[in-house]
Amino acid sequence: MDNQFLVTSSPHFRSEFKIERIMLDVVIALIPALIAGTIFFGMRALLLTIISVAAAVLTEYVIEVLLHKEITIDDFSAVVTGMLVAFNVPPTVSWWIPAVGSFFAIAIVKMCFGGIGNNFVNPALAARAFLLASWPVQMTTWAVPGAVDGVSSATPLAILKGTEVAGAQLPNLWTMFVGNIGGTIGETSALALLIGAAYLLYRKVINLRIPLSFIITVGVMTWIFGPNGMFTGPFLYHILGGGLILGAFFMATDYPTSPVTPLGQVIMGIGCGLLTSVIRLWGGYPEGVSYSILLMNMVTPLIDRYTMPRVFGTREVKKVA
Amino acid sequence: MSVQILTFKGGVHPQYNKELTNRLPIEVMPVPKEVIIPLSQHAGAPCEPLVKVGDEVKLGQKIGEAKGFVSVPVHSSVSGKVKAIEPRLHPSGRFVNAVVIENDNLDTLDESIKPKGNLESLTSDDIKNIIKEAGIAGMGGAAFPTHVKLSPPPDKKVDTVIINGAECEPYLTCDHRLMVEHPEEIVFGLKAILKALNVKNGFIAIEVNKPDAIEAMEKATAGAEGVEVVRLATKYPQGGEKQLIKAVTGREVPSGGLPADVGVVVDNVGTAYSIARAIQQGMPLVERVVTITGQAVKNPKNLLVRIGTMLKDMIEYCGGFNGNPGKLITGGPMMGIAQFTLEIPAIKGTSGVLILPDDMTKPEKVRPCTKCAKCVDVCPMNLMPLFISMYSLNDDFDTAEKYHALDCIECGCCSYICPCKRPLVESIRQAKREILAKRRKQA
Repeated sequence: MDNQFLVTSSPHFRSEFKIERIMLDVVIALIPALIAGTIFFGMRALLLTIISVAAAVLTEYVIEVLLHKEITIDDFSAVVTGMLVAFNVPPTVSWWIPAVGSFFAIAIVKMCFGGIGNNFVNPALAARAFLLASWPVQMTTWAVPGAVDGVSSATPLAILKGTEVAGAQLPNLWTMFVGNIGGTIGETSALALLIGAAYLLYRKVINLRIPLSFIITVGVMTWIFGPNGMFTGPFLYHILGGGLILGAFFMATDYPTSPVTPLGQVIMGIGCGLLTSVIRLWGGYPEGVSYSILLMNMVTPLIDRYTMPRVFGTREVKKVA
Repeated sequence: MSVQILTFKGGVHPQYNKELTNRLPIEVMPVPKEVIIPLSQHAGAPCEPLVKVGDEVKLGQKIGEAKGFVSVPVHSSVSGKVKAIEPRLHPSGRFVNAVVIENDNLDTLDESIKPKGNLESLTSDDIKNIIKEAGIAGMGGAAFPTHVKLSPPPDKKVDTVIINGAECEPYLTCDHRLMVEHPEEIVFGLKAILKALNVKNGFIAIEVNKPDAIEAMEKATAGAEGVEVVRLATKYPQGGEKQLIKAVTGREVPSGGLPADVGVVVDNVGTAYSIARAIQQGMPLVERVVTITGQAVKNPKNLLVRIGTMLKDMIEYCGGFNGNPGKLITGGPMMGIAQFTLEIPAIKGTSGVLILPDDMTKPEKVRPCTKCAKCVDVCPMNLMPLFISMYSLNDDFDTAEKYHALDCIECGCCSYICPCKRPLVESIRQAKREILAKRRKQA
């Protein structure tokens, strides 16, 4: 019975939970939205997504090879980033736009700050902001679903805002729920996104604290501050339009850039909701989801510091200096 | 009878794997040829040996005298001849002075072993003295001398006693079997503790995954005044002292405090059983139930073994290894201690010997923290393990302390749940050591 036993500190066994499995779950959860995007906007949407994912994975791989770092593309996080970048561009953009976006997301936002877990803002959203600032026309030309080439249309939020030419009609709510409307590749179908979100909740990859507080805040704000007086706002259009569902479930919940404390997560959601509503209602852009998340990403460390949970057996919450 | 299921916030649901042994009756293991009895098996001062090499000793004879109040004596678990008194490897990983006794297979009882009378005739001090002289220390693992717990300072008004039958550690079933097979003794032990503390309220708290134990204990407590069986949710670490008190009484042991600060004393079911034996038969703590289990043991068993029995003999009795063993653990998989050799004895706090196969114990790839916050969600003490760990790994123990490192109960939920397989509790434990070392230096 002479054996070599492994000696480590306890605990001696660990859960099946693995980060690569979590990221794979996110990829799986994004697939219904990808299918919806492909149905509404054609094969081009799928192609752009594939280009985006390839660019993201390749960028991470090349950087790690060049810097002699451990190759981490097997954790699927670059795949998720690539998908989200593609989901955030209109289906009409040139093929190289999502490629440049993914390169920016991985090279600048993720790898420059130390790779997975160390980025201080959501890479895909930073890429969207970068693309929007650099190629504003391409990034705001929306297509009528099913007629990608040439015919431009308005997003429901732009119609609400009144920035589009007169005569544009708001689609009905069912059409918006299904997603047969103008928008970016992955954001239009609330139905498909919610199927994915339900899967993530079932797999315990995310919890409801951020998405619910985010969506409820936007709903309440846009209802109160309606165009025709208080408490008249078309809040369902605001919830189903734009990138709110995508942002609330898939991007505001990004692990490294959202708070770790339960209260902090609720604050993150409410903050995102307030900023989104302010931008949508009174700002220059019809859509504010991505900027609101980016802004809240930056105060995440601060939120964590001030929302430390009450430690068992202590009376009050102590602030960590 | 309460049908409410009590619990606490946080915690995890690991694979319990208790079905390996939870239906197996406690089996008496034949007494080994030789026992090695460390003179320190409890938290507190080690004992002074009372015997010399070559002495004949009897079963139950005191062979080590307690030095100081926070200490308990040790007794011979066999009759025979003292072969050596020398430092031997102890389950804590250190070499500790131990008495090596060659068994003469006669089990000649020491003259001191006789029943101590019924509870009514004993005073509180009598009971505490019997418990101390019987060498009883907490049998859940920490081995804190029981008589010390039963002597709270006068300013702490204890009004509740909880017998801990949660047994939340995966794999272990020794407490479970004790409750199924010896419920009367456990209730007797509880009554003795209540009398020693002059307290009226006693609870026996059991996780609902042990319905047969709940049934047996309810039967044994029927008609007993002030004694109640309560059901706990099956969740780890439900049997952690602070989590148990919170679930049963709603009280929170203050940070840095003891259960007595909220008027509670907690004792393990094994301890209650040993107290009953010490009073009813006069038998000191010379044997205990140990669960020998794990997928890498041929025949897992609940064994009644003499203190000082070598792990090697216990494994041999259970048919040896099954496949390739990877880890040998005393205690459970969440908080037990990994051992490098089978040449160590079972002591008063050894609740289990767990052998995991090598394919279950391969170290997993550690990835950078993604701040997923799972550790924050599961921490039963409401800590932020990721930050304490981060500061600890950066040798910034002062900041780790500000994040309440010292409140960590080392249950291991954070490391268990971490999807990046980070050494969370491992590094927090390191921070605690460093912080306490610094405090000692400053004192």
